[in-house]
Amino acid sequence: MRRLASIADLRERYDIVIVGAGPAGMAAAVEAGGHGLSVLLLDENRGLGGQVFRAVESSPLRAHAPLRSAVAAGDRLVAALASVDIEYLSEATVWQLDPTLAVSVSKAGQARGLTARRIIIATGALERPMPVPGWTLPSVMTVGGAQTLLKAHGLLPEGRMVLAGTGPLLWLYAAQCLAAGFSPTLLLDTTPRVNWLPALAKLPTFFVSPYLAKGLSLLFGVRRAVRVISGVDALAIDARDGALRVTWPGGEAAADHVLLHQGVVPHTNLAQATGCAMAWQPGQACFTPVTNDWGDSSVPGIGIAGDGAGIAGAEAAEAAGRIAGLAALHAAEAIDVAARDARSIPHRRALARARKGRAFLDALYLPSQSFRVAAADVIACRCEEVTGAAIRAAAVQGAVGSNQTKAFLRCGMGPCQGRLCGLTVVETLAAARGVTPEAIEPLRIRNPVKPVTLAEIASMPSTEAELAAVARP
Amino acid sequence: MFRRLPDPHARGVAFTFEGRPAHGVEGDSVAAALLALGHSQTRESVVSGAPRGPYCLMGVCFECLVSIDGVANRQSCMVRLREGMIVARQRGRRGVAP
Amino acid sequence: MDRAIPYQAAVIGGGVVGLCLARGLAGQGLTTCVLDEGDVALRASRGNFALVWVQSKGLGMPAYRAWTRRAAALWPAFAAALREETGLDVALRQPGGYSLCLSEHELERRRAALLQLHHQPGGETVPWEVHDPAAISRVLPAIGREVVGGIYCPLDGDVNSLRLFRALHASIARRRVTYLPEHPVHDIVPLTGGGFRIGTPRGPLEAERVVLAAGLGNARLAAMVGLSAPLRAQRGQIMVTERVAPFLHHPVSTIRQTDEGGVMIGDSKEENVADVRTSPGVLAAQARRAIRMFPLLAGLNVVRSWAALRVMSPDGFPIYDASTAAPGAFLVTCHSGVTLAAAHAELLPPMIARGALGSDVQVFTAGRFDVPAAA
Repeated sequence: MRRLASIADLRERYDIVIVGAGPAGMAAAVEAGGHGLSVLLLDENRGLGGQVFRAVESSPLRAHAPLRSAVAAGDRLVAALASVDIEYLSEATVWQLDPTLAVSVSKAGQARGLTARRIIIATGALERPMPVPGWTLPSVMTVGGAQTLLKAHGLLPEGRMVLAGTGPLLWLYAAQCLAAGFSPTLLLDTTPRVNWLPALAKLPTFFVSPYLAKGLSLLFGVRRAVRVISGVDALAIDARDGALRVTWPGGEAAADHVLLHQGVVPHTNLAQATGCAMAWQPGQACFTPVTNDWGDSSVPGIGIAGDGAGIAGAEAAEAAGRIAGLAALHAAEAIDVAARDARSIPHRRALARARKGRAFLDALYLPSQSFRVAAADVIACRCEEVTGAAIRAAAVQGAVGSNQTKAFLRCGMGPCQGRLCGLTVVETLAAARGVTPEAIEPLRIRNPVKPVTLAEIASMPSTEAELAAVARP
Repeated sequence: MFRRLPDPHARGVAFTFEGRPAHGVEGDSVAAALLALGHSQTRESVVSGAPRGPYCLMGVCFECLVSIDGVANRQSCMVRLREGMIVARQRGRRGVAP
Repeated sequence: MDRAIPYQAAVIGGGVVGLCLARGLAGQGLTTCVLDEGDVALRASRGNFALVWVQSKGLGMPAYRAWTRRAAALWPAFAAALREETGLDVALRQPGGYSLCLSEHELERRRAALLQLHHQPGGETVPWEVHDPAAISRVLPAIGREVVGGIYCPLDGDVNSLRLFRALHASIARRRVTYLPEHPVHDIVPLTGGGFRIGTPRGPLEAERVVLAAGLGNARLAAMVGLSAPLRAQRGQIMVTERVAPFLHHPVSTIRQTDEGGVMIGDSKEENVADVRTSPGVLAAQARRAIRMFPLLAGLNVVRSWAALRVMSPDGFPIYDASTAAPGAFLVTCHSGVTLAAAHAELLPPMIARGALGSDVQVFTAGRFDVPAAA
């Protein structure tokens, strides 16, 4: 692997460009490298690993035995990547991707355009928003964010820490804190009790999945050491006496940190802005890109792999990345169909194995609708401070979908462009209109997918026709 | 408040925050350094001036915006801390400062 | 008639043009509905560049220059009325605006055009001045050294057009206009004895009058009611920056700062494109021009770009028409729905209610396109 030093080192054209260096992106690069094609891996972070293997190359946790495993899981892929003939540019943000497979990318304030024969989008996941009163207060963060502070910077919370939400990550992070010597004060489990019945129907597959053993030991370990309150169906945060206060039906607690988590959802802004078709997944209450079993999206030449194509965890992401890499090799005519199909077999097996048990986790940890919809005075869109009440009022005024709502209220017009509000707006509109979320049009995502300076935009080339569109005689 | 796990290889990095001397560790993001020092508020929101601080720590929420060396609206969780950086809270809308 | 027709006016199209008309028609006492498409549709109104612009309008049609000047003069009262009615301030400002030129050639061509406008009948009623860079820089911040001059017109301004859109929705709701989203119109059938049946996927609807305000969609609908709307799409691409503390107190024809603080840049015209994608090359060219005009824009972060399709008639001027084959059918189309909003809200609806367009707007009928060019 060749680590490029600056954006000036990029070629004008690559056979395969992979966006995102988490497990899916790294696996795609490992698969696609070494076939005589030019392969480029782009990632906006300073090191490999994406979110789930964050700071795998640099984590200070390796010095701490109880926490070493938190980062070691990514080592194998990083080692495999090191020996493959690909180019890698870190701290590079892809801000536009066109259906013509033109890529606009920036690093350190410098922009470049390049083209590719095939693109693989592996942008992973982000946390599902959890719009509760006070969720925008300082010292309220995501559990994933706190875990990043731990893995990448060796930072452990001090003082009173409340975890709230649903999903395995709450327990995993709590266990990591305990292993590092910090005891969370309280874990408010919002897993809806009504989820157990439908989840139990999927339990048999969970028993044969990789998650069972890991999950149970985590759970019991945390419950022994941390106060856990289950079945929490409402919560609010406010600032009180220089700290935070969390309230829930029947209780309250003071806190220095409140960490929220209710699962992760695909990070699809790049795919959406490029025009990839999306579909609502009722079982996971989120949108995923429409892909076939090679990861091909609805836009020719663009594949999507990993959690960015649908949440299934790191092992599934790696297998899907391999499969997308094979599809790209075949599309770029480096391998024939027979080779592609043959080489995909072990990865399809791995993917199937990794997917076992997901149905149980999805069913159990699906957040209740009350935590997906913004209540009247709760901020739904953090950037523009748009409340649930405003969204309902827009629906009454005739806004039928996210885009009319955005035109009325500006939700989705801030820099995050819907990453933290898109799902909440859809769910709140659906509730207001008395329909299911799939009847609500999601936010149209615009380029640039991440903000870039006007100077960077100005530095991109223009064709004669494009200049003519702006020319003044 | 956050505390650092002991790291014998950690090298200190001096910077300023809100005009006062501050310090972090080589490898910190600006957000991590601020949180380690107990500063949970990075900005005042552009709509109402409400206090906001880092939320996602992965570059998608745009809450951790600060001014760094005179450049406004930098995502502190995505910027590596460097010696001598001048960091200040992002107070509402930026100026256009020529 | 055997059965009551539910609406006295049906406006087809829920953009700024359609909503202004509906507001005015309801104000005339007509039971009115607006048929609109769904959440995602070609909506010129979401183009949102939002200038209230007079200086360059009407070259070749003095009546359009007069109509524009009249509409701009009606704007303050219109904005006040909307605020009174809905509580929403559409942030109208009319401090005068500029077009800035980056070469002597550009400046000379623009000056020549303004002189021509000035010498058209009635042209002297629109004030304008050529300003040199020194004069401009007293009013606009830090213009670039490449700005050689500009045209200033004290009547120019801008508005927050999305807030205008929201205020219009609130206004029509208060006036009991029935707003029907997700009602695209298949066909319009004139009924014997008067009135129209309008076909939608959710069932037909009947109205005494039908007003076509569907932008590019008018081209298809016009023929159904004996009208003609030769229209073409012209794409404009726009960028908006993060919010910035106010610094640009006069709009420039291609750069303006919204009341929220974002700087909008829109400086392109592309013919024969029917999609609303943006292209990095066009945005780059616009960005370069903007930076040449105001170098201090270079460091601002662009948060979004989008494109919209201007609704262009063959000569670029509005088409206002009343059908003779199907009386009660009207057509209203233009590419300056924001500048003309007050005229559409206040001047056209009484005409539509009465059943005929007034003499002052006869010049805008589509019949003008049939007139052979003078030998």
